[in-house]
Amino acid sequence: MAAASISVTESPPVLYALRRADDALILGHRLSEWCGHAPMMEEDMALANMGLDLIGQARELYSYAAKVEDTGNDEDSYAYLRDVRQYRNLLLVEQPNGDFARTIVRQFLYSVFADAYWRAMTNSRDATLAAIAAKSEKESAYHVRHSSEWVIRLGDGTAESRKRAQAAIDDLWSFTGELFHTDDSDAGLIADRFVVDPESLRAGWTDAVTGVLQTATLACPSKSWMQKGGRSGSHSEHLGHLLSELQSLQRSFPDATW
Amino acid sequence: MVAADTSDSALRARAWAAAAEVVDPEIPVLTIADLGVLRDVSIVDGQVEVAITPTYSGCPAMNMIALEIELALAREGICNSKIRTVLSPAWTTDWMSDDGRRKLKDYGVAPPQSGGGRRALFGEQQVACPQCGSLATEVLSEFGSTSCKALWRCTTCREPFDYFKCH
Ligand SMILES: [Zn+2]
Repeated sequence: MAAASISVTESPPVLYALRRADDALILGHRLSEWCGHAPMMEEDMALANMGLDLIGQARELYSYAAKVEDTGNDEDSYAYLRDVRQYRNLLLVEQPNGDFARTIVRQFLYSVFADAYWRAMTNSRDATLAAIAAKSEKESAYHVRHSSEWVIRLGDGTAESRKRAQAAIDDLWSFTGELFHTDDSDAGLIADRFVVDPESLRAGWTDAVTGVLQTATLACPSKSWMQKGGRSGSHSEHLGHLLSELQSLQRSFPDATW
Repeated sequence: MVAADTSDSALRARAWAAAAEVVDPEIPVLTIADLGVLRDVSIVDGQVEVAITPTYSGCPAMNMIALEIELALAREGICNSKIRTVLSPAWTTDWMSDDGRRKLKDYGVAPPQSGGGRRALFGEQQVACPQCGSLATEVLSEFGSTSCKALWRCTTCREPFDYFKCH
């Protein structure tokens, strides 16, 4: 019998932690899909390593959410036993890997945000979130450096690599507005300085991204229309496919271990 | 009470000594004490509690290390133990002991630069080849065989080597 989905009581801190944990898990899973398929050995290891960092961050955030929620859910049940509508990640991170350029651009757009975000979160008044941030910001610094170098190399590379990098930027750009999403659930946490207001990171993100794109001789899209919905569970069809793979074992054989 | 205190501190010392011998499964020349992963050993109501801190968020060695600590304590006759993971303060390569750095170099892995932090991460790094000591080295990949290592190459002796990344 297939395992049923859990129910989650999404109080503001629980919802907040799940949103960030889901970002990290889904992007980490996407990177893990490259394992054994990357264009060169070094990149195979790099993508897998970054995926591992992200899944580690997800685990810590899920454990935090479990402790706050205190209803018996744990990191595994959040990851394996919520359906697609219960996932709260950004639409950006669930976008398919596509070619290498697309994976790199997605990583770049996310990591530039995550790096500034985690650094700011080291000042959280919540000791656990601050501790998770202190670990994560060291990891995200490597992710930013890796993806920035590749964006420059692809953009300022051959006609083919440039074309692919630009196409990725143009396609993914409309998912970047959601990085700065907040809603009523976050308002109290921001006011209490438990979490940072992502709006305060927007100018820095824009500067950093446009700076790298310029060096890469890539055009920064001018369109301002942005897609959103991931934070409230309205996802693209891609997430359902991803979850069916990620969850297949626990759904088919509940509590399986080895 | 005095007697209890003495036996607690003796137990703590024995537990620390046993736990401190546990090695990192990925770099077996380094003990968890060398690495700074072993944070604390305390006695809570007669039970040994060992606090460890993860090196990297997703470090798969942590489960293995926790298990190895329990086994090391059991070999010392301490069967009632608990392993606790602490996140704060976050682990940094600056906690690696000098002894650890030397052992790492002898093992063929370039040790992390001390006091590196973010500046070293984004600035110029000078990493000495662990084989010949030359500073004429270059990075091949930021990400190596494990989360904590990068792949470098020495242009003097031509040997590739692992560099334990600053964190
Ligand atoms: Zn050399």
